Amino acid sequence: MLDVHIVRKLRDFTLDITLHVDDGKILVLMGENGAGKSTTLNSIAGLLSPDTGSIRLNGSVLFDAESGIDIPVEERRIGYVFQKSAVFPHMTVRENIAFGLVAQHIDERNREKRVARWLDCLDIRNLSGVRAAQLSGGQKQRVALARALATEPALLMLDEPFSGLDAGSRVSVKDAIRKCTSDLNIPCIMVTHRAEDARDIGDGSCTLCRGNITGAGSASGFSGCGCRN
Amino acid sequence: MLTLIGAAFLIASVTLYLALPIVALFFRTTPELFFSSLNDPEVIAALTLSLVTSVISLAVVIVIGTPFAYVHCRSQYPGKVVVDTLIDLPLVLPPAVAGVALLVLYGRAGLVGKYASLLGVPIAFTTLAVIMAQIFVASPFYLRQAKSIFDQLDPAYEQTARTLGAGPVRVFLRVVVPMTAGGLVSGAVMTFGRALGEFGATIMFAGNLPGVTQTMPLAVYVNMSGNFNVGLTISILLVLISFAIMIAVRLLAIKEVSHA
Repeated sequence: MLDVHIVRKLRDFTLDITLHVDDGKILVLMGENGAGKSTTLNSIAGLLSPDTGSIRLNGSVLFDAESGIDIPVEERRIGYVFQKSAVFPHMTVRENIAFGLVAQHIDERNREKRVARWLDCLDIRNLSGVRAAQLSGGQKQRVALARALATEPALLMLDEPFSGLDAGSRVSVKDAIRKCTSDLNIPCIMVTHRAEDARDIGDGSCTLCRGNITGAGSASGFSGCGCRN
Repeated sequence: MLTLIGAAFLIASVTLYLALPIVALFFRTTPELFFSSLNDPEVIAALTLSLVTSVISLAVVIVIGTPFAYVHCRSQYPGKVVVDTLIDLPLVLPPAVAGVALLVLYGRAGLVGKYASLLGVPIAFTTLAVIMAQIFVASPFYLRQAKSIFDQLDPAYEQTARTLGAGPVRVFLRVVVPMTAGGLVSGAVMTFGRALGEFGATIMFAGNLPGVTQTMPLAVYVNMSGNFNVGLTISILLVLISFAIMIAVRLLAIKEVSHA
């Protein structure tokens, strides 16, 4: 379960949002370019520090301005898939997926088991020995997703995961996201421009405009999001 | 037609201007003379010293320069523009001036040199001075290339690696360095070439002691008025090494493009 209330002064406006996402649910963040969507994700991930507010994940405090808590990025257990997938081109698909597991000092046997599980789950086992630089856009997104999920994160965040994908890849990546989030029973936040994606995959959606939530659509199981103002 | 002839003339004249002096070097000697001069102790000493000091200089530049360039690129700090300018300064500074500056600082009466001398570690006119001169003059070639390549690297790779649990050092060694290796190696090759050819700063700061500070370019200079064949042989060796360096850089550039 994720609870977020953050305020951060940006160049042209102040980002001020409150979000709540239950386990196993997908919240879709929508809005124009520069509305504050990626800043929100980066703040939750710990790549940016909010000016005030707090971020709680499953009861643990990741950030709290009042008490000065700011857990480092690498300790937050958040799977973050960037818009351009950012798979490491010099590594094979298997090495990409194992990267986070090595960083977490997971022993080789368990590492191999987990890599195999996510290769199967994302249907990319046939690519395991292929260098990531040689993959198509859709394949890269699947690898990025498998890599993020293999660390068994407590939260999954996806920034425009369908941009640049063809229609077939979009459908299969959406199915994979839905299945994995449900299997791991973790909250998920997805940023997208397309209302169609929000309808297909989201349990609820928020629309951001100049740092504030201007619209929220809930579906069953989604507890709500709102702007403090 | 006239345009075509004009273009051909322009290309031919520039190419000949650049190539003829190099070709002339090879025509001035014979294979017998060249190979017999190669056994000259002075040539061997200068070649050994040049290679050893250039390799050490390169190692220092890579080990310190790579993390420096990375931190410099990824950080915003007051005076960053000044640091940028200082990195580039040795490129436009006459090498002899660089040598004088190093001498003023590290010479026996210099700000740092006098204390080093008191500790029994003289700097000027030693092999250490050769290395310091090479680092001062050649490091901008590596630092500029490293800065440029790090600037081009999408920070999303590093950010992703950190969200996966990797600390800054692991991110740097396992993600940043391998992804920029081609560019870094090509910068390193250019730096090695510049260090190998360094003359002005070395002669001012390190002197010209055979076997101690007399590198290949210095040996060329000394032998031009004495043993011309030895000077010629060392010159040809430097040309061959320079060619090898340029070919290496070209090959790396092609590899970079095919990876992009």
